[in-house]
This record gives sequence, structure tokens and C-alpha cells, in this order.
Amino acid sequence: MSLLHTPTNRPATKSVQLMTTCLCDTFYPDVAQATVEVLEHLGCDVELPDAQTCCGQPAFNGGDWKSSRKVVRHAVKTFAGDKPVIVPSGSCAAMLFHGSLLAFEKESDLPQVEELANRTWEFVDFLVNGLGIDRWPGRFDAKISFHSSCHLRGSNSKAAIQKLLATIEGLELLPFDEQEQCCGFGGTFAVSFPNVSREMGTLKIENLVKPGPDVVGSADMGCMMHFGGMMDSKGIGVERMHVAQILRDSLKNGGLL
Amino acid sequence: MKSWQPIDLVARDLDKEVKQSTYLASKIKTEKRVAILEQDYPDADLLRETAGRIKQHTIENLDTYLPKAEERLKENGAQVYFAADAAAANETVLRIMRENSASRMVKSKSMVTEEIEMLPFLEANGMEIVETDLGEFIVQIDNDHPSHIVTPIIHKNRRQIAESFEREGLGDYNDDPETITRRARAYLRRKYLDADVGLTGANFISAESGRIAICTNEGNARFSVAANRIHIVVAGIEKLIPSDRDFALFLNLIGRSATAQQLTVYNQFINGPRAANQPHGPEQLHVIFLDNGRSEVLASECREILRCIRCGACLNVCPVFRQAGGHAYRSVYPGPVGAVLSPLLAGNRYPELADLPKASSLCGACNEVCPVNIPIPELLLRLRDRAKREKISKANKGTPSLGLWATLCSQPAMWKTALSMGHGMNYIPTEMIPHPAARAWQHARKLPKFRGGEFRKWFKNRKNEQR
Repeated sequence: MSLLHTPTNRPATKSVQLMTTCLCDTFYPDVAQATVEVLEHLGCDVELPDAQTCCGQPAFNGGDWKSSRKVVRHAVKTFAGDKPVIVPSGSCAAMLFHGSLLAFEKESDLPQVEELANRTWEFVDFLVNGLGIDRWPGRFDAKISFHSSCHLRGSNSKAAIQKLLATIEGLELLPFDEQEQCCGFGGTFAVSFPNVSREMGTLKIENLVKPGPDVVGSADMGCMMHFGGMMDSKGIGVERMHVAQILRDSLKNGGLL
Repeated sequence: MKSWQPIDLVARDLDKEVKQSTYLASKIKTEKRVAILEQDYPDADLLRETAGRIKQHTIENLDTYLPKAEERLKENGAQVYFAADAAAANETVLRIMRENSASRMVKSKSMVTEEIEMLPFLEANGMEIVETDLGEFIVQIDNDHPSHIVTPIIHKNRRQIAESFEREGLGDYNDDPETITRRARAYLRRKYLDADVGLTGANFISAESGRIAICTNEGNARFSVAANRIHIVVAGIEKLIPSDRDFALFLNLIGRSATAQQLTVYNQFINGPRAANQPHGPEQLHVIFLDNGRSEVLASECREILRCIRCGACLNVCPVFRQAGGHAYRSVYPGPVGAVLSPLLAGNRYPELADLPKASSLCGACNEVCPVNIPIPELLLRLRDRAKREKISKANKGTPSLGLWATLCSQPAMWKTALSMGHGMNYIPTEMIPHPAARAWQHARKLPKFRGGEFRKWFKNRKNEQR
């Protein structure tokens, strides 16, 4: 499956840089914190480049590639070096290893952008395919409807997340209807197509909630901000967690953290 | 709501019944497609990728394959024409009919004849045309437009169809699908026999042999061709495949992708007009290759879209198509493939259709189901970039301006200031944030609490503690 050109032969050293993502930087600090706690539990040395902002995806998807390149160039400068860059978001990671390459096709600094692309990992992809983790310790007693965000499609992350979560003691992944369907976020799509986006979100929430989960999970806070915001509007109180939080809490519950 | 996109507004206002028909039919076909592919091919992606490479190779070598196909077709006894645009193709069909004193045509389903608006042209010139695909027949009597590439009346239910039949004098009101089909069949049988010309499209044409493959489920293409003196084929130049052995791969994929069938029910291979030793079949075979903007698409950054074999799988899986229906795309080709192809084929009408590539959350489901692995999201993105560069207002409606944001995101000091100042957001009712995007957001969703910089603080303090 070559939907996303996930780079091969990426470095998987334990000295890493974290891309917080703009959404965790502004709205979801605990997701970033959980990511750090999990990485450090695994013995990683996490560096947090201070100048980081965003991956450039909003403008890229919105069609403003010129603005997007400006942000990507900043990211390239900020994440200089040779360490793996870990991103707790499927879509931001895909922006760096896939989208940015499109936006820079005709640019003279494409090689620098490629260089960053070739050491960018979505968080769980890094755990499973980078560090070779195939079981997750601790326990997490919950039934989870896990929303596989669209940017995991065709990447290594989708299988990695399913695989890792399935090994957690007490955790049950619930099957639900229309798993392949998008939640309707899509960046600027959510505001330029508010009606379609809302309908898609409504359907997604129905499907996620129907099997009666204790937790709704995702690897992308973009999706979760959208359908979570809708759940809040509708008064649907099912707990929502990022995969990093699930992994971290599993460690905590098992007394490992 | 001036800042909302046209397709979004169509979806909002779409008749509930139409929306439900479209959604359910699309969902079922998507699920069946997955089932039948997985049942027969453990690694269907390999098939899709192979088919994609073959098609890509073909369109990139059309300068070799087109003359080759022309040569073979002529050897087989066909007459071959190249039409630069819709007008040329239509004129060619008209000329063939006039030269043969023909006035009645039966035709099978063909998207390309929709594209060139052949029916109204021929009718205006005194010809009688009958669509013989049941769905297209209903479109014709309703004076409607197809809303789907494969299932043209996905937007209609049987009650509406029964009303149309009653109105057209095809029997009393009866919405039993079998009765409807039998009535249409009885009516169309006469038309087949009375016609002079049968017109079809082509699903695939082998450059190696000039053999034309036509796939239908109703057998109407056979009927259209068999009883007539003249067979006219109209085909886009991208319909070629290199060799006969490729038929196997593409026929295996098209039925499964389009309608979740292992194979379409009727698969014709046409080698030419009736030969001297054959008792039946058309005396003449005319093949019209249509460009109509395809050469320009081939020269563009979106050439992969010419791989498309018109199976409609991307429409069925597309959440936007499911909500908005096919007519929302204001063009012959709806859904994800249409959102790429229609603006590209529109010529100087491009600005009118430049908003279509925005009608996607870029979820990638279309790419995942595409039998020729077209990277549709990438092509949508390229067209969005183009519309932005060319400042096409229709395309950019509702998309927040991101220039200022880009500046913010490339100035870390400004970013950090924003992180600390954003907390102000928590002290005003979010509904009052004076920005159209924020308002559109809150159309259905709450904004989370602003917690800018908290993670950075945690990370830093923790490091300090460790030291």
C-alpha cells in the first residue's frame, strides 16, 4: 500500500526530538506530556526544540502552499540535526514526510525538506517499527472505540497502533461501523464546509459511541478537537484519550510509572 | 453564510430522500466491494498498483499507442477519427449518420457522450436517440442528468421512477422494480429493431489488436450493436491499454470496483465490423477518439487522473459525495474523480469549477479504493494550490486566509507571545470570537479550553527539577 510514502530506513536512535504539534502546544498539553513520559519510560532522551510552532499543514490543505512552505522552512530550521523527530499526530507526521515533499517539488531547498522527512516518525510507528516494541505493559481496563484517523491510511501507524493497544491487559478494542470513514475534520474543510463536516462528524460519533465504549481514542488531536467539540455540544460525555495517554496511563495503572 | 462553499450549501439543502438514497446505496456498494476484493485477492492493493502502473505507462506513451491502435483498428476494417473537441466529435457522428441516411440511434451508456452533450446536439439536428441503459433511459425521459458515473439514478427511488413511467405512458403506476424493468425492456426492444445506428462507448481498447472491450450488466450494448448496420464508438484517448493480456487485469478490477461483481454480466470484445464470412453484425464500425482537453491534462501536474477507468468506487466511498450527491459537482463527472477531472476539462470555464477540489476533507478513501491507484488527494491539493495562485475567488471562499498565520508560525517569539496571550480566549464567550472561521467552527462544535504553553512549562520545570 503506497498511499503515503512513509520513508524507509529512518533513524531510530533513542535520542529524539519531539514535535509537540501546535494543537498540543495550545490546547492539549497532557497529550504532549504523555508522549514524553512514554518515550522517557522507554529510555529515550527527549529534546524539545524551543522555536517550534506548526508543521504547515493547515495552509497546505487549504491550498496556500506558499504560506505552508514558509512554515515548513521554519520547521526544517528548528528540527535541525540527525535525531529522529517524533510527532504525536498522524497528520502532522504525514505533513512532514509526505505533504511537504509535494509542496517543495519545485523548490531549491527540497533536499533539506527531504532530510527532515526521512527522520520523521508518527509516535506509535516509532515505538513499534522504530524501537521494536511489540507488547505494552501495565493495564488499562476499558473498552475503547479507536478512531483511526485518515492520515494513518496507508502509513505504518494504523497497524502499529492496533497491534500495540491489543496487547494491553484489560483493554478491549471495540469494532464499530464505517471505520474507514473520515470524521469530517479536514483542517480548513471544517470551516469552509461546515454542513458536510457536521454531518460527517455526527455519523462518526454515532458509530464510535454505539458499541458502548468507556473511552474514545485517536492518534490525532485534530480529529478529536472536531468530533470531541461536537460531542461536547451534544452532551456526550464519553471520555476521550489520545493513544499516548492510553499508553502512559497503562504504565501508571501497572505501577510502572 | 456567504463564505460557505457551493457544494456545502447543496449538501445542506439536499432533499432528505435523495440524500438517504445516495448515502445508503454508496455505503452498501463500498462494503460489498471490499468483501469481494478480499474474497478473491488477499493482496488487492498489488492489483491496484499494477493496474495503475499500466495505465500510467499507457497515457505517458499515447504518442506510440494511439497510432498503433489506429493502425490495428483500420486493419480490422474500422474507420478511425480523431476529434479535438466536443464539437468535432458531435459533427463526426452527425456526418456518419447523414452519409448513411440514418436518423435513429440506440445507444448504450457512455460518460464521454454526456461530456460532449451529444444527445441534445443530435436531437437538434433531427435525429432520434434512445438511451438503452435503464438508468440512462430514466435520466432521458426525466430530462435529468446522471448523478453517478455507474449508477446514473442513484439519486432517485423507485416511487419517483414509477411516476415517470406513468407520465410517459409506459403503463399504470407500479413501483415494483421488476415490472419497471420489464416495461422498459418491452419498449426498448422495438427501438433496437427500428434503429439505424448503435452507439457505444468503450471501456478499454487494446493498442496491440485494436480490440474494443465493452462491459455492461444489461446486455444493452450488444443489442444496440447487433441489429444495426452501423456501430459508432466514442472513446476518450485515455481508454487505451497496451495489449490484450491487460484485459484480464482490468476486467477483473472494473466489475469488482464498480458494482462488487467478479465480472460485469456482459463483456463484449469487438474486433471490427462484420467480416465476409460472418452472417450478422454491423457493416460499418466507426471509432472516434476524443481529446476534448485530455492532452492538456496529460501535460499538467494532474495527469494521473487520466488513468481513471470510470468505475465510480471513489464516489461511493466519498463522505462528501454521500452528503452532497452527484449533481452538487455541476459537471458530468462527480465525486472525487470529478473534483479533479471536471475543472481540468473545463477549459475557459475553469474558474467556475475551481471550487470542486475544495470539496474534500482529503481523507484519502478515494485513493485507497481506486482500481488504478490514482493519488486523488494529491491532485486535489495541487488544484487547490493552483486556484490560490491564480486567485480564483470561488475556490477560496470560506478558507481562512493563512498568510498571517504563516508569519506567526515562522516567528517563534511571536508564537510564544500568542501562546501566553491566547488565554484571553477563555474569558470571553467563544461564540463572540470575531472571526468567520471561529463562527463556522462553532456552528456545531465547542472549542476546547485554551491551554497554551502549559506543556512547555511542565517540560522546562521538570528539567530544572532533574538538575
